[in-house]
Amino acid sequence: MKPLSDTDTLPAPELEEPAVNPVVGIDQSAGNFTYDIKYDFDAGTGLSEKTIDYISAVKKEAPWIRDFRHEALKKFLAMPMPTHWATKDLENINFDKIRYYLAQGQKPKRTWDEVPDDIKKTFERLGIPEQERKYLAGVEAQFDSEAAYSNIKEAVAKQGVIFVNSTEGLREHPEIFRKFFGKVIPTSDNKFAALNSAVFSGGSFIYVPKGVKVSHPLQAYFRINAENFGQFERTLIIADEGSEVVYMEGCTAPKFSTATLHSAVVELVALKGAKIQYITVQNWANNVFNLVTKRGLAHEEAEIKWIDCNIGSRLTMKYPGVVLKGRKARGEVISIALANDGQHQDTGAKMIHAADETTSNVVSKSISVGQGRATYRGQVHIPKRLKGCKNNTECDALLINTNSRTDTYPAITVRGDRNATQHEASVSKVNEEMIFYMQQRGLTEGQAMSLAVNGFINDLARQFPMEYSVELKRLIDLEMEGSVG
Amino acid sequence: MSQLEIKDLHVAIGEKAIVKGLTLTIRSGEVHAIMGPNGTGKSTLSKAIAGHPDYTITSGDVLLDGKSILELEADERARAGLFLAFQYPSEIPGVSIANFLRAALQARLAEGEEIDATAYYKRLYAKMDMLKIDRKFTSRSVNDGFSGGEKKRCEILQMAMLEPKFSLMDETDSGLDIDALRIVAEGVNTLRGPNLGVLLITHYQRLLNYIVPDFVHVMYDGRIVKSGGKDLALELEAKGYDWVKKELAAATAA
Ligand SMILES: Nc1ncnc2c1ncn2[C@@H]1O[C@H](COP(=O)(O)OP(=O)(O)OP(=O)(O)O)[C@@H](O)[C@H]1O
Ligand SMILES: [Mg+2]
Repeated sequence: MKPLSDTDTLPAPELEEPAVNPVVGIDQSAGNFTYDIKYDFDAGTGLSEKTIDYISAVKKEAPWIRDFRHEALKKFLAMPMPTHWATKDLENINFDKIRYYLAQGQKPKRTWDEVPDDIKKTFERLGIPEQERKYLAGVEAQFDSEAAYSNIKEAVAKQGVIFVNSTEGLREHPEIFRKFFGKVIPTSDNKFAALNSAVFSGGSFIYVPKGVKVSHPLQAYFRINAENFGQFERTLIIADEGSEVVYMEGCTAPKFSTATLHSAVVELVALKGAKIQYITVQNWANNVFNLVTKRGLAHEEAEIKWIDCNIGSRLTMKYPGVVLKGRKARGEVISIALANDGQHQDTGAKMIHAADETTSNVVSKSISVGQGRATYRGQVHIPKRLKGCKNNTECDALLINTNSRTDTYPAITVRGDRNATQHEASVSKVNEEMIFYMQQRGLTEGQAMSLAVNGFINDLARQFPMEYSVELKRLIDLEMEGSVG
Repeated sequence: MSQLEIKDLHVAIGEKAIVKGLTLTIRSGEVHAIMGPNGTGKSTLSKAIAGHPDYTITSGDVLLDGKSILELEADERARAGLFLAFQYPSEIPGVSIANFLRAALQARLAEGEEIDATAYYKRLYAKMDMLKIDRKFTSRSVNDGFSGGEKKRCEILQMAMLEPKFSLMDETDSGLDIDALRIVAEGVNTLRGPNLGVLLITHYQRLLNYIVPDFVHVMYDGRIVKSGGKDLALELEAKGYDWVKKELAAATAA
C-alpha cells in the first residue's frame, strides 16, 4: 500500500493526436491505449479490512460509511458465487490479484486545464471535452478509482441540480445521500453488490430538485487505465417530484493480457411524477468482467427507462430493473447486446410491480457472432393483490453463425387475473439469401452483415440520442467487419 | 461498349447439374429475352452469373469485357457493373431503401470519398418519380412488407440508381398489375441505351410488347435450344413449348 502523501511528479506523456469523432470515447479500438500513470494513492493488491480502511481514510469518510463498508466486506466474503445459475467463468476471477483503489488525486478538477496532462490526454483522445462543449449539460470523467474531472454547466447548477462524484456527494450532501444510498440495492442483493459496497469509489451523485427538467444529458465517462485493476463506481441519482433528467455513461479500458474487473452499483430514485432516463453504451475490452447491478425505484406516476447497450467484455452480467412502487409508475428496459467470439453477454431485465396500474416494458435484442454467447434473463413479478398492471416483454436474438449460442430465460410471474402480460421471443439466423442480395448490390460481406445487424436493432437504436446511435452503428460496423473472413 | 460473354456454362446445385452448356453473348445496347418452361434453370443461370455461393460452376466461363469474373465475389461482380433484378427479392428489415442504396453507392467510391447527400436524394427522388414510387417508400425497410409488385418496382429503382453495365432481370414482370407493368417497362426503356445490356427472363410475351427485345432465346433443360428475333416470342405464345420440344426431339433423333 502506498503511504498517504501527496506527490506531484508526472511521467512524460506519450503524445498522439486527439480523436475528432464526438463520441469516439466508447470505441474500443480507439480506447486501446494506456498511459504509465504514477498513482499517488494505491490500496495495493488484494482485499482485506485494511484495504477498506485505506480507501476510507484516503476519502476522509465519516464513521458510518466506513462501518457500512466493513459490513459489506463481511457479506461479500460470506456470500457464494452465483454459479448455480450463472456461468462458471465467474470462478476465474481472482480477488487476491486485483488492485482495488488507484487514484492520482482526490478532488476532481473543474476545468480541463487543471487536469493532469496524461489523464487529460486520455480523455482528449477519447473525445470527451469536445462532446461536453457540443451537447452536454455536465460531464464527469473517472480515471480508475476517482473522477479526474467533473463539471456542470452553470445554468444547470443554478437550477439547483447537483452533479458530483460519489465521494463529494457523501462529503457535501450527506443528508440527501444517506437517505437514499443503499436503499434500492441493499448490500446483500448479490455478491458483487456487496463487493461494490465495500470498496466503491467514484461514480456519480445526482440530485434534481422538484420540477426541474434538465435540458441536456449529463454524462459520465468511466476509464480503466491500470492493469489488474477493479473499478467499482457507485452511482446514485435522485429525481425529485416532477423533475426530469437524462444520464448517459460510456466506458472503455485498454486491452490487457490479464482480466480486469468492473463492478458497479447504480441506484435510481424517481419521486412522484419524475422521469429518469439512463443510457449506457459500453464497449469493454474482451478481458473485462463486467458485473453490474442497476435498479431504479419509481414512485407514483414516475418513469424510469434504462437504455443499455453492451458490446465487448469477456463476461457481462447485468439485469437493469425497476421497482414500480407507486401507482401508475412506469418502467422500461431497452437493451442491445452483441456477443462476439469469446464473449458472453448475460443480460436481461427485472420488473417488480408493487402498486396498481403500473406498467413495464422490456425489449431486448441480442446478436451472437462466432463463438459468442448471448443470454437473456428476465424477471417480471406482479403479485395477486394488484390490479391494472401491464407488462410487455419482447426478446429477439440474431445468430450470425452456427457456433453462436443464445438462451432465453424469461420468468414472468403474474398472479391474479386483473393484470395483463404479453411475451414474445424470437431467434433468427442471419439470412444468407439476404446477405447475397446485399452483396449483389455491391456491399462486401462485412458491410452486408453490419447492415443486417444494424437493421435488426434499428427500432431500438432510434431511441438513443443521435450521437450515440451514430456511434453505436460505427461500433457494430467495426465488430462485424472483423467477424467475417 | 461492353460485352458479357457466357461460354459453355455448366452450373450445378450440390450434385445436380442444372445449367448444361449455355453460350450467349450480350453487348451494351442489346436486350436479350430468355423464355422457357418452369424449372429449366433460368434463375440458376442469373444467380450463378451474379456469384451466388450455392451455385457451382462446373465448367465454362463468364467474361466481362474479356476478363473472367468467376474468381470474383458477388459484391466485386456487382461493383464491376453486374446487376441482378431478383425473381424473389429479399427483405431487409430495419434498413431503409434510402440508407441501403446510399450504402451500395458508397461502396463504389474510393476510400475517403463521401456521397453528397443533397445530390443523392435529388437523384433518388427523380428516379422514384420516373417509376411512380411514392416518396414515403424511401424510409421504408427494403422490401419489408412490400407487395409483389412493389418489390419488383424497387428492384428497378435500385437498377436505375446503380447504373449497371449489364442487368439480368429475372421475371421482373411477374406480379405486376397492368399499370405497373407499363411503368416498369417504361422505366427499363428509359434506362435502355448504348451503356446498358439487358438479359430479360420472362414467361410472357406481353412484356416484350413494351420492352421490345433484340433477341429472343428459348431455354430448355439447361440450354438455349432456339434463338431468334422478337417474333420468336409471338410464335412461342401461339404454339407453346411443346413445339420447341418436338423440334428438339426431331433434331436429336436425326
Ligand atoms: N437451392 C436449390 N436447391 C436445390 N434445387 C434447386 C435450388 N434452386 C433451384 N433448384 C432446382 O433447379 C432447377 C432450376 O431452377 P430455376 O429456379 O433455375 O428454374 P427457372 O427456370 O428459373 O424456373 P421458373 O420459371 O419457375 O422461375 C429446378 O428444378 C429447381 O428445383
Ligand atoms: Mg426462375
